[in-house]
Amino acid sequence: MFADKTVPARLGRLAALVSALALIASVTVADARARGKDRKQGKDEETSASTLAAAKPGEGVFASTYKPFPSIATAIRGATIFDGRGNRIDNGVVFMSGGKIVAVGGPDTPIPADIAVLDGTGKFVTPGIIDIHSHLGDYPSPGVEAHSDGNEATAPTTPEVWAEHSVWPQDPGFTRALVNGGITALQILPGSANLMGGRSVTLKNVPARTTQAMKFPGAPYGLKMACGENPKRVYGSRGRMPSTRMGNLAVNRETWLAAIDYANDEKAKRDLGKETLVGVLKGEILVHNHCYRADEMALVLDMAKEMGYRVSAFHHAVEAYKIGDLLRENDVCSAIWADWYGFKMESYDGILENAAFLQREGACVVIHSDDANDIQRLNQEAAKARAAGLRMGIDISEGTAIQWITYNAAKAMGIEKMTGSLEEGKMADVVLWNGNPLSVYSRPEKVWIDGALMFDAMDPKRRPVSDFELGQPGEGDVK
Amino acid sequence: MKRLLTLALSGLALTATPALAQDVTVTNARLVIGDGSAPIEGGAVVVRGGRVVYAGPASGAPAGGMTIDAGGAWVTPGLFATVTTLGLADVAAVGESNDITANGSPFSAALDASAAINPTSQHILVHRAAGITRAATTTLPSGSIFGGQGAIIDLDGDAKPVMQARAFQMIVLGENGGTRAGGSRVAAHVLLRAALREAQALIGKAGTPQTTEIAKDDALFLGRFDAEALVPVVTGQQKLYIAVDRAADIRAVLALKAEYPKLDLVLVGASEGWLVAKEIAAAGIPVIANGLTDLPESFEQLGATQSNAGRLARAGVKVAINAATMQDPRRLQQVAGNLVALTRVPGASGMEWDQAFAAISSVPAEISGLGGKAGVLKPGALGDVVLWDGDPLEVGSVPTKVFIGGVEQSLESHQSRLRNRYRDLDESDLPKAYDW
Repeated sequence: MFADKTVPARLGRLAALVSALALIASVTVADARARGKDRKQGKDEETSASTLAAAKPGEGVFASTYKPFPSIATAIRGATIFDGRGNRIDNGVVFMSGGKIVAVGGPDTPIPADIAVLDGTGKFVTPGIIDIHSHLGDYPSPGVEAHSDGNEATAPTTPEVWAEHSVWPQDPGFTRALVNGGITALQILPGSANLMGGRSVTLKNVPARTTQAMKFPGAPYGLKMACGENPKRVYGSRGRMPSTRMGNLAVNRETWLAAIDYANDEKAKRDLGKETLVGVLKGEILVHNHCYRADEMALVLDMAKEMGYRVSAFHHAVEAYKIGDLLRENDVCSAIWADWYGFKMESYDGILENAAFLQREGACVVIHSDDANDIQRLNQEAAKARAAGLRMGIDISEGTAIQWITYNAAKAMGIEKMTGSLEEGKMADVVLWNGNPLSVYSRPEKVWIDGALMFDAMDPKRRPVSDFELGQPGEGDVK
Repeated sequence: MKRLLTLALSGLALTATPALAQDVTVTNARLVIGDGSAPIEGGAVVVRGGRVVYAGPASGAPAGGMTIDAGGAWVTPGLFATVTTLGLADVAAVGESNDITANGSPFSAALDASAAINPTSQHILVHRAAGITRAATTTLPSGSIFGGQGAIIDLDGDAKPVMQARAFQMIVLGENGGTRAGGSRVAAHVLLRAALREAQALIGKAGTPQTTEIAKDDALFLGRFDAEALVPVVTGQQKLYIAVDRAADIRAVLALKAEYPKLDLVLVGASEGWLVAKEIAAAGIPVIANGLTDLPESFEQLGATQSNAGRLARAGVKVAINAATMQDPRRLQQVAGNLVALTRVPGASGMEWDQAFAAISSVPAEISGLGGKAGVLKPGALGDVVLWDGDPLEVGSVPTKVFIGGVEQSLESHQSRLRNRYRDLDESDLPKAYDW
């Protein structure tokens, strides 16, 4: 089926699930613990209890062990609320209990008598901020060579590597993103040295001893891909393919064709890289494609059509504003900076109005960081991008700018049904700001993740300090 | 059609001959002097012959010249960016366009940024449109601890961008310096002292031997020309900017002053400066401080905190914000605004608005030797006046008019032209390439 270009590239969740079941139909009833599979026999062979075998593809491995921390039912009253879906509620109420959002509304929203009520007068409430593009953990601080774990730059396609196997949960950057940026969820991606850099992982921004304890339950995987200068420079300089942009596309297409053959070959020996690519072809793994130039994004969209997958988001899409119409038609988000430009050739045409022009076209905008510092100020980056639009006469509400760093990010990461907005039943990932988050003068005052208070500016001890920082200068400082 | 005409005119303006300084009066301003004093509501600033002749309440302003009613908008001195590489690269990652470092050169301290400033660099145009009117710009260390001699430039795009060549020598110590000196901080300190001694020898200090160079294998750490370039440093005629972060490395710099009393030192970076704030203040050495660096990005930045600048200032240190540690110097306004935000965070140290603005205007100008001349609106100062569409420290605020030396500047750049071209995606008549 994967060779058939007429199959819609975009598979619904249900369809993806059905096809996944079909692929492993013969083993779905097998007990994972039996491990009775001879790997030489191929991935779909019947199992027998006498041989050794790994867990089957599709079974949860490196599974999330995250559990929400204890929470108390809390309501915030009298604050200005941006709900993440573009709406603003003045003098509003947010009520969370049991780790979930229970109610969001105006001043008349009922609040049970026996719960904690915070006075939000003069303050603002948003969903937890989400960064769709981070390297916290895989390029952690301190940024020493021993910590350089973001690029498996030994082959141009490494879809077999998983970013979560590089994440160091003690990276102090996670804590800064929480306390200064109100970040409650983030996607950690492999770097961009490779055309196919590997799987991403989506994390809850909770301090943890293991990466599994940060993994966002139920979040789909992503596949990091990269266009342009980086892959061709890294491999071209070693005298190997790709050394050109046409080489980039050729290697990509050959790799996709091989993955399709793999998917259609029931006898094929297990291949971790191809499993990732098949996951993409089935719509279970979302493509996050580093791509600066408009013309290259257009080529990738055609490649995706050819191979039968879809791109969830172009990252660092500095020239997305040139093809906002095309991006809207293909339902692809652009994950972008507000003001980065001119540091490399493919960023030469960066402009402040990128987000606003995409919004004008009705295309999906996500503001991202790719940076351990900017992740602490995504709200300010969104504010900059909005201001540039207003100057051009493009009416972008404050609520829309907040949507760029909450719901839209969640949507492009496939977690929008769980978080990214303040809606009944969703995870109580919430930030209380001491002022309008679109102002440079505002900071998070409290941050809840699944209803648990993980940061409180008013309580010096309600602030995470990573193992690395214990006993070192500045331990527990405001940072 | 009207739009096309407007664009055509703006295109012409980009290449037009620079106008002469005008006599300009800006009235009805929320006037920021830039020296740390509070804004003056209903203020006026008067520029004649390229210089400020008056800035204060409108009632005291002398009459005459072209008058601009600011309509209550913020009016400030031009921002002063330090430390930058403005004018030294088109695209940093495109090596042939990048004059910031020179790995293959045998020269280090002798490198002179003023020789290569491109006044029409897009970065200069973009930063001018962001309200930066003057900057300290420098080459950076590559083959030795010495980065070379930085220049003070203006951003008016005319044929003479350099206000002051060889204004300061830039060197790195700490981890970066250790790496460049052959592998350790210890080596960097020996190299620095050896170099300073050579410079002294060149001006005849008795009993000091001269060598021709300090080298190992193919690496030249100091050549004769570099030693000559350090003569004004060792005699205190040229400022010495030293980039360090760790508290212990800062103390080591302060100790240099005892050995070489004439050194005119400036600390750059100083992420852990707050840990030695009193000592820095006592030494009277100004700091071009990292503003928002708060990660232990290296072992010499373990104590980094956004409260660093605020704590240094509170200890009495003269603090400017370091433009080198942000994505681009045009983020100076955002960084200063964040320091104001910290005043509302329990336990944090920031700066009040007036002080934060001064940290990106008059203070860096003073550190650069332009006290009273740049970054401030006082009689006698250069006529750098910026009108803003909002609070200049708020994200998203941009200038509506920029004067440098009394000359109104174009705010156009490659970026603004792209913005204008792509304000719509209409190609129904012709491709976008014809829309210019």
